[in-house]
Amino acid sequence: MTTNADVQSLFPLKLQNVSLNLNEKPVLKDVNLTISDHGVTVILGHNGAGKSMLLKILHGLLQPSSGTIHWGDTNHASDQVRRRQAMVFQKPVLLKRSVEANIKYALDLPHSHSKWSCVELLEHAELTPLANRAARSLSGGEQQRLAFARAMATGPEVLFLDEPTANLDPDATLHLESLIQTASASDIKVFLVTHDMGQAKRLATEILFMRNGSVEEHALKEDFFNRPSSPYCQSFIDGVLLSNNH
Amino acid sequence: MQDIWQSFELAWTLIVNLNPALSEIVLLSLRVSLTATLIACLVGMPLGALLGIRHFRGKWAVTVVLNTFMGMPPVVLGLLFYMVLSASGPLGWLQLLYTPGAMILVQVFLILPIVTALTKQIIEDAWVEYQPLFQSLCVSRSGAVKTMLWDTRTSLLTVSLAGFARAISEVGAVIVVGGNINHLTRVMTTAIALETSKGDLAMALALGMVLLMIALTVNAMVFSARQRLPV
Repeated sequence: MTTNADVQSLFPLKLQNVSLNLNEKPVLKDVNLTISDHGVTVILGHNGAGKSMLLKILHGLLQPSSGTIHWGDTNHASDQVRRRQAMVFQKPVLLKRSVEANIKYALDLPHSHSKWSCVELLEHAELTPLANRAARSLSGGEQQRLAFARAMATGPEVLFLDEPTANLDPDATLHLESLIQTASASDIKVFLVTHDMGQAKRLATEILFMRNGSVEEHALKEDFFNRPSSPYCQSFIDGVLLSNNH
Repeated sequence: MQDIWQSFELAWTLIVNLNPALSEIVLLSLRVSLTATLIACLVGMPLGALLGIRHFRGKWAVTVVLNTFMGMPPVVLGLLFYMVLSASGPLGWLQLLYTPGAMILVQVFLILPIVTALTKQIIEDAWVEYQPLFQSLCVSRSGAVKTMLWDTRTSLLTVSLAGFARAISEVGAVIVVGGNINHLTRVMTTAIALETSKGDLAMALALGMVLLMIALTVNAMVFSARQRLPV
């Protein structure tokens, strides 16, 4: 069972001069950040700005080319850190099993410390009637809810969501957003990558705006949308079509 | 033409009446090939899975050798095992030559490269899809292998079918190490070759028809299993 003390120990999250090069091309450049354990951090930016790469680095799926990442006092490279986190990918990776078996798979992991049972997770994601269906035969929205429920089955303290509603209709998006809000209300720190400004306004506590692999702006939601310090962000909020290099 | 029809009629009579000689040969064939397939799958599938997800120096060479052995002529393999199992060979003390044990052993090595190479390919493809999930969930290598073997079971069922088909239909290896001895090591393929050379076309045809029926039954079972398993 997770305690509040454990949650606190992963924060503040500190990135110092974090850079990432892929195929000798800089993807992230000297990212410096301090993030608290509170609420939902929404990562915005154009395609190729480095949002998903930043998420993968934070979750430890990629190692930075240079710089340091500290989750509280814990070194980023530690497996112990990743075991306290979970990620939902843009395209859900579901096991070729039933809906219920997908959730049980995560619940049965040795490091899982979920406070919810399989029945509760299914119910919460409104998947109970589909429990015995093949996971891959579900609709896009249902698949994403299942991926979310399975991520929750590990009992994460930090949840990374990489454009989870990118291919969903408004109903499915609304449903998933309510799950995200519930998770956040349960003291789970959420990092959400999205292109949807409306979603950012609905869910964010703070906004991290990426541009060309660097942090253009990091501010509370109200400050970002009402008083952005960067003209580029202002143009983005105003809906002006800009390229990364504009 | 009349001879051919007569042979078919006689062959059918042998099958319908469950001719004891025919039954004995069919049962031995099934015992040898099913055992060989089972052993090859138990060894080859985990091995193929490990090859699929591990990166090591010389992996390409292992892959090339494995793919080459998939096309190994059975009679050549039979010859190699004949030398190994003969009285003067390194495993002569086992006294396996001209026994069903030798036939099982040679068939295991005949289909092991097929099972391993095809499993490797299937798991490699699954790994591309599953790897980020396993990494995110901190699943161990052995856990990942188990999960992927289970999740690709419909494809692996087809792999085992391919292995069984190769085993039960080959003649070169089993005739060299088994010797085609009546009531001891005579299997369907070696019996067909023998009966044809003797001119007993009815028996050869009956065995051929049973062989085809076995292939048809196994295919139908695998197809039916694939339909029932989750997507």
